[in-house]
Amino acid sequence: MTTLPQSTDKKLGLVIDLDICVGCQACATSCKEWNTGGYSAPLSDIDPYGADPHGAWLNRVHSYEVGDGVSGHTVHFPRSCLHCETPACVTVCPTGASYKRAEDGIVLVNPDMCIGCKLCSWACPYGAREYDEHHGVMKKCTLCVDRIYNEHLAEVDRIPACVRACPTGARHFGDIGDPDSAVSKLVAERGGYDLMPEMGYKPVNKYLPPRARRDQTTAEVRPPVETPERTGKDTASSFFAWADKMLSS
Amino acid sequence: MHPAYSVIFFTTASGAGYGLLVWLAMASVFGGFPPDWALGLIGLGLALALITAGLLSSTAHLGRPERAWRAFSQWRSSWLSREGVLAIATYIPAAVLGISWVFYERFDGAVAIASVLLSILALATVYATGMIYASLPTIRAWHQPLTVPVYLTLAMATGGILFVFVLSLFTALPAWAITLALVAVVAAYVTKRFYWVAIDESPRSLRPENATGLGHLGTVRQLEPPHAQANFVMREMGFKVARKHAVKLRRLSAYLLFLIPIVCLLLLFIASMYTAPFFALVAVLAMGTGVVIERWLFFAEAEHVSMLYYGAEAA
Repeated sequence: MTTLPQSTDKKLGLVIDLDICVGCQACATSCKEWNTGGYSAPLSDIDPYGADPHGAWLNRVHSYEVGDGVSGHTVHFPRSCLHCETPACVTVCPTGASYKRAEDGIVLVNPDMCIGCKLCSWACPYGAREYDEHHGVMKKCTLCVDRIYNEHLAEVDRIPACVRACPTGARHFGDIGDPDSAVSKLVAERGGYDLMPEMGYKPVNKYLPPRARRDQTTAEVRPPVETPERTGKDTASSFFAWADKMLSS
Repeated sequence: MHPAYSVIFFTTASGAGYGLLVWLAMASVFGGFPPDWALGLIGLGLALALITAGLLSSTAHLGRPERAWRAFSQWRSSWLSREGVLAIATYIPAAVLGISWVFYERFDGAVAIASVLLSILALATVYATGMIYASLPTIRAWHQPLTVPVYLTLAMATGGILFVFVLSLFTALPAWAITLALVAVVAAYVTKRFYWVAIDESPRSLRPENATGLGHLGTVRQLEPPHAQANFVMREMGFKVARKHAVKLRRLSAYLLFLIPIVCLLLLFIASMYTAPFFALVAVLAMGTGVVIERWLFFAEAEHVSMLYYGAEAA
């Protein structure tokens, strides 16, 4: 059913910290590795060793220059499905292959029902859906639905592959609908924001903005720490200093 | 947006086909001509052939055409699904009218009800086609109040020219047919003209700063794309026609789609029964070429908001 659930019990999603992402692509490659063998496999590549290699990936890491001069930043920007609360990619689907789960809010494509009309990719402002030319169906981030509930995996691995792979801890997974969850607290503390709220899709995933810079323009100048002067007037301490010197030599 | 030939052919051919159905059905209701079986066969046959060829062509761009039947299921939320349902539903009253007209040479009485229903369903199908595009907030050039009126008026104009052509093969053209076709073509021209003005004037208000949410830190420029080769999103959504070509193509499509057919229709007022099919055919050919260019531009001029992540300056 492509009509959306009135509300979802949970709002599972990702919180991505743009302050510490180093653009290493580990999340993107780990995503590709897991998902080419998991739900809706494979993630086909076209001409992988030729002149024009391309294929379906569910996570892409952009790098942007932001600002100019001393205040300029390089911001690495991972981009994947935001599992929106009101996603038009689901409602435009003519077959019911696209759906939003009422229990956790994950947006999925049923690869056995998709006809590959690509209209959902037109409806997504975030460019999050990628068509698989070989498979003939649309692919998108599944929030690793085949990991997060998978009791065959060790508990530490029951998180999306991208979160597990991130070497800097720039990616967080949790229930953004629960105000007491770790991710919700992080969003509140760091001013997490939605991408393009003006589109009205209500993304669940949040982005944490880069922190204010710490350099010569913003650092506060503190006086150097003073070392206490050795007086040597105390007889006992002089003795111990002498004994220490003798025993050390 | 990438202009897929199958979708261009589908929307133009089926648009003209549904337009022709409306013309034939309404003319039969108002008794515009006697129920000549040959006119019914050629007219309805041409309309249904255009629609059927268009529908079959539209499945050519699907990744899984064998599952196309599934597209009839989600009419509650999806305009694409509604279009499919309405397109198939239109065949039912079309078959009633066609059988009665061709085999029994009658289109009065209960058949007239089928004709009215046929007109409503045909227009509703074209409306749904327009809404597929107009309902997408991600594409500014399509998310316009005039997108659906353009689809409807162009269907009636292209269908009207076909109607005049088919009619000219059988009978001396009545003045009402030429006049109404002229009204349809002018209405389509006015609507399309205002549509072009609207998309040129509507602000490209979204920028990479909005897409990334980093505007408070300064201007946002692409430093490094995520991949060396264009991916699906860039191939599908990144197609863009050069501005100067777009201006030329708009002019060319306006000449072919509106100017030449209008001149031909005016000539039809004075043409003899023997020269009329020739002028009508010229109008058909010009309009056919013009509407294909118009539809190609409809896609090629449309910018998708997701390209902001890939270095587009605005959308």
